[in-house]
Parts: sequence; C-alpha cells; structure tokens
Amino acid sequence: MDRPMPPEPPAGTLGRYARQLAALVLKDLRLESRRRETLIGVLVFVLLVLALFQFALDLERDAARRLVPGLLWLTLLFAGLLALGRTFAAERDQGTLDGLLVAPLDRSALYLAKVITTVLFMGAVELVALPVFAAVFDVPLLSPGVVCTVLLGTVGFAAAGTLFAALATQTRARDVLLPLLLLPLLVPLLIAAARATDDLLAGAATPVTAPWWELLAGLSALFLGAAVLLFEALLEE
Amino acid sequence: MVKFYGTTPALRGCDLTVAVGERVALLGPNGAGKTTLLKVLATLVRPSAGTLRLFGIDALRAPARVRARIGVLAHETYLYRDLTAAENLRLYGRLYGLDALAERVAAALARVGLADRAHQRVGTLSRGQQQRVALARALLHAPALLLLDEPDTGLDERGQALLADVVRTPGLAVVLTSHALERALTLADRVVLLVDGRVVHTAPAAGLDAAALRNTYGALARA
Repeated sequence: MDRPMPPEPPAGTLGRYARQLAALVLKDLRLESRRRETLIGVLVFVLLVLALFQFALDLERDAARRLVPGLLWLTLLFAGLLALGRTFAAERDQGTLDGLLVAPLDRSALYLAKVITTVLFMGAVELVALPVFAAVFDVPLLSPGVVCTVLLGTVGFAAAGTLFAALATQTRARDVLLPLLLLPLLVPLLIAAARATDDLLAGAATPVTAPWWELLAGLSALFLGAAVLLFEALLEE
Repeated sequence: MVKFYGTTPALRGCDLTVAVGERVALLGPNGAGKTTLLKVLATLVRPSAGTLRLFGIDALRAPARVRARIGVLAHETYLYRDLTAAENLRLYGRLYGLDALAERVAAALARVGLADRAHQRVGTLSRGQQQRVALARALLHAPALLLLDEPDTGLDERGQALLADVVRTPGLAVVLTSHALERALTLADRVVLLVDGRVVHTAPAAGLDAAALRNTYGALARA
C-alpha cells in the first residue's frame, strides 16, 4: 500500500476513549442482562455459602463479629472467581476478541471495561450479600466504612482478576488455572481487606485512619496500574 | 516478512505490495500461511521479522494509526450472538468513533440486504445472514483496505453477488484468501500463490483460467 493513501483519521482523544469504554461496558451489561445466568448463579452461590457457614459454625454474636470479616471476604472471593471465569466467555466462545482488537481501540480500554463490568457485577452481588450477612450474623456490615472497604477490595480483586482471567481464557485448563494463578496473588489483598473490615467492625478505626485500609488501597492501586501496563503485552497474539 | 509460532514457521518470506484499489487473491494449500499473512496485515499478529507499511505508515510501530482504515472479514463473524444486528454494528461504530451512527448502521444493513433484520439477535440469523452482517460490520467505517479470509463461507448466491459487488468498490484495496480458484479469479486483479509460507508465484488474474492456475499451483507445491 505505497501509492496515494486515504487521509489518516484524527488521533484518539480522552472523550473518544471514554465513549469506547462506555460502549464496551454497555455491551457487557447488555449481554449479562440477556443471559442472567452468571448473576443468578453467583447470587445463589453466595446465599448457599452463607447458609453453610451458619449451619456449620452456629456462631454466638461475639464470635460472629470476629469471624464475619474473614467469612465475608472468602465468600466474596469465591463468588468473584465464579464471575471472573465468565468475564471473557462471550469473546472466547464467539470469537469476538479479534474483532475488538482490529478496531482502533486502546487495549487498556478493553481491560478497564472488563474491570468496571466486574466491579458492577460484584457490586450487585454485594448489594444482596452484605445485608444478608449483617442480618444473619447480627453485625453492622452496612456502615459507610465497611461498604467503602468492600468496594475498594472489589476494585483490587477485579483489577488483578481481570488480567488473570484474560490470561487463563487463552488456555484449555482455564477453570483450574485461574484460581491457581490468582489466589496466591490475592492473599495480601484478602488479609488487608479482612483486617480492615475487622478494625471497622470493632469501631477501632475509620477508613482513613486504619493502616490495613491504607494497605488495601495501595494494593488495589498497584494491581490496577500494573495490569493496565501488562494487558497489552498479554494480548499480543 | 517472516513469522514463527514458537519454532514452527508460518511465513518464511512474504514480500507483497498492494496498490490502492487493487484486489489481490492469496491462494495456497492448507497451512500455506494465508490466514497468518492476513492476520499480520490486520495488525492482529506481529511478524517475527520484516516490515509492514500500510498507507505509508510503519504499522508495526504504530498499529493503532492504521486500524481505523482496515476492514476485516474472517472465519469468525466477530459478532455477539446475544446482541441484535444493529446493536453489534453500533458497538463497532462507537469503537471506530463514527458519527451519524444510526444512519450508518441502517445504510450498512440495507447494503447487505438485512434492513428488516436489524433488531433480530444475531444468534437467531442463519449462517449466511450472519456473514452478511459481518460484512456490514467490516464496511461500516468505510475502510480503505478490506481483508477477507474465505469470505464466501455460508453465503448463498445472492450473498456471493453482494460480496463481489463490495469487492469491486472503486478505490477499495482488497486482499482475500480462497480455496475456490474460479471464484478468486473472478474477484481479483492479481493472484498470489503461497506455499509453505513463501510467495512462490504472482500473476495478473486477467487471462488466467482455473485449470492453468491449478497446474501451476500443483507444480509449485511439488517443487
């Protein structure tokens, strides 16, 4: 193609990037709203786990307050793994990833759209899980501090999880590979999230003064930044 | 241009120039490297060595600058089955930053004869209709270079006529792959034979007949 050439389209702008991001998020939400299989499945999973904890542990109120942060985060972690396994399902099953990759689209928009979708999805799950956990174990999980902590932890989880979901989706053993790759990386995030939640439930700190909360925020920012940088290399071929 | 997947060579030496408005058919047996070459041209796959200039731009250094001017129709339709035809096209239109999107989508679907299927989910369309929506997707942003990988897949006679009409769009450069030599000769200005990842023969399509081409093809493949 060395002869007269068509004019080059204008370079991308922030507004165009935002519109591309919005289009991708809208697409994922629309697909989920039509299938609903993942959301309903994950919600049922969360409620089942909650019931199992309740029957297996039969906790008194004081014991519950100490154990609930860990139980809550483990439940969200495993529920999130179920959701992450479906993150790139439409692209994988229907071969649409290449269609997105041949578009003049910054790869980071593709990644961030998946992170946003996962956060919104997990947010919907948490909207049900938090009140139910709070009611069943009689602990104040709906305080602003705890809600902020859950959201922050969800962002960190989605940031790391989306990257590894993209990696695992290219393999046949993706269902096994995703937790094997992701869980070790999430250990510090899980510890920080559970300890920050514990501090807040004990009334010992507010989000801005809790050291575990700072670690949680730092890890979430680190995962997000690193994943944005690594995602394009991951998609290379 | 050279491309290895691990230690397996897919392209061993491809030198190809396509003029504006020219239609080139890549022919060759399975494993000859046709699809890999198309993927490299589409900036989906990076060659292991060599250069790629599209529209005068170094496409290996700045792939994002050339993608807006390339349309791709591959084996996969790149369509979401749970979205309607119009929703799929609007999604891609937004990714390409197109304005007057509603009009463009309507015009693209009308061009492929599926205006009445705009609000039907792609998964409920026949394979040939899906391929036509995919063609509309590939043309939505008015590309200057159209890459077609076995584009006749699933198309009926009407669809094939439509494809031929698209391929003959003035000023549109087309690179297509096909196993159907007769069909390729009717669509292309020039044929390029690939064997084992190498361009082994190139000739104008005018005056060539499929039998002669098949003989050349066989002789080169055996050589």
